[in-house]
Amino acid sequence: MSAHGTTQAATQGHGAAGHHRNYVKIWAILVVLLVISVVGPMTGIRVVMLITAFGVALVKAYLVAKNFMHLDIEKPIVHWLLGLALMFMVLLYAGVAPDVQKSDGQNWKKDAGYHHLPPQPLEGAEHGGAGGGHGGAHEAAKP
Amino acid sequence: MNIPTGRLAVWWVLVSEIVIFGGLLVSYVMHRLGQPEWAEQAAHTHLWFGATNTFVLLTSSLSAVLAHRAAEEGNGPKAAKLLHLTCLGALTFLIIKSVEWTDEIRSGFTLQDGGFWSYYYTAAGLHAFHVIVGAVIMLWVAASARKNQDLHRVENIGIYWHFVDIVWIFLFPLLYIAK
Repeated sequence: MSAHGTTQAATQGHGAAGHHRNYVKIWAILVVLLVISVVGPMTGIRVVMLITAFGVALVKAYLVAKNFMHLDIEKPIVHWLLGLALMFMVLLYAGVAPDVQKSDGQNWKKDAGYHHLPPQPLEGAEHGGAGGGHGGAHEAAKP
Repeated sequence: MNIPTGRLAVWWVLVSEIVIFGGLLVSYVMHRLGQPEWAEQAAHTHLWFGATNTFVLLTSSLSAVLAHRAAEEGNGPKAAKLLHLTCLGALTFLIIKSVEWTDEIRSGFTLQDGGFWSYYYTAAGLHAFHVIVGAVIMLWVAASARKNQDLHRVENIGIYWHFVDIVWIFLFPLLYIAK
C-alpha cells in the first residue's frame, strides 16, 4: 500500500500543476482581503460595507477554490457537480424568498406585527377547555 | 473520467455539504432581509472573535495545501507535520469559538433568544462540528503519511478542509459584519 499510495499521489494528484503556485503569497493576499473586509464597514457607508464584506468574501472564496483546492485544473465533472449544487441553492432562494421577504401577494397579506405575535390561546381556552392557555382550571377554582 | 475515486468521493461529499450549508445560509439571508430587526441582535456579535477565527482558518488552509505539496514530493513526514499544524489551527479555532460562545451565553444570548440567535448558533455550531470532524480525519491521515503511506489522502482531506474554510469565509460577513 505504501508504494501504491506514493505512486498514486505522484501521478494523479495536482502537485505537478501546483508547484508553480506561490501559496504563501496567495495566503498573504487573503489576509489583506480579510483586513479590508474588517475595515470597510468602519467607514459607515452602506455600499462600501456591502462591497468590502460580501464582494471581498466572494473574491476570497474564489482564491481558495482556485489555488488551494486546485479547481482551475480539476476535471469538468467536478465543475458540473458543484454547479448543480449551487443551482439548488439559487432555486431554494427563488422559491421561498417571496413568501419570507414580501409582506403581501396575490390573495394574501401578512398582518402587522407578523413576526412578533404572542402565543395565542386555543379556541375555548378562556372557558377552561382542554389545553387552557392561561390556567382556565385555576380561574374556575377561585372563590 | 480519469479522476481518482477518493478525490471524486470527496467532491461528492462537498456537493452534499453545499446543499446543507447553502440551504442554511440562503435561509438566513432571506430571513435577515425580511426582518430588519435582526440587525439589532446581530450587533451583539463580536467582530474581533470572528476576524481572528477567519485568520486562523486561512492560515490552516495554507498549512493544509503545503502538506499536499509535501505529499506530492513524496515527503510523508513533512506532510504529517504540516497536517498537525493544520489541526493546531482547528484547535485554536475551537478554543476561540468556545470563549466567544461562553461570553454570548453569559450575556443572555442563547439559542432560544430569537431567530437571529437560532441561526447564529446553528450555522456556527454546524461549521464547528465540521472543523472537529476534519481535524480528527486529518490526524488519522497524518499517521499514515508519517510512514509514507497513502499520501494521496493528504490532498483529499485538504480539499475538505479548504471547503470548511470557504464556508467560514461566507459565515463571517453574514454573522459578524452585516450589522
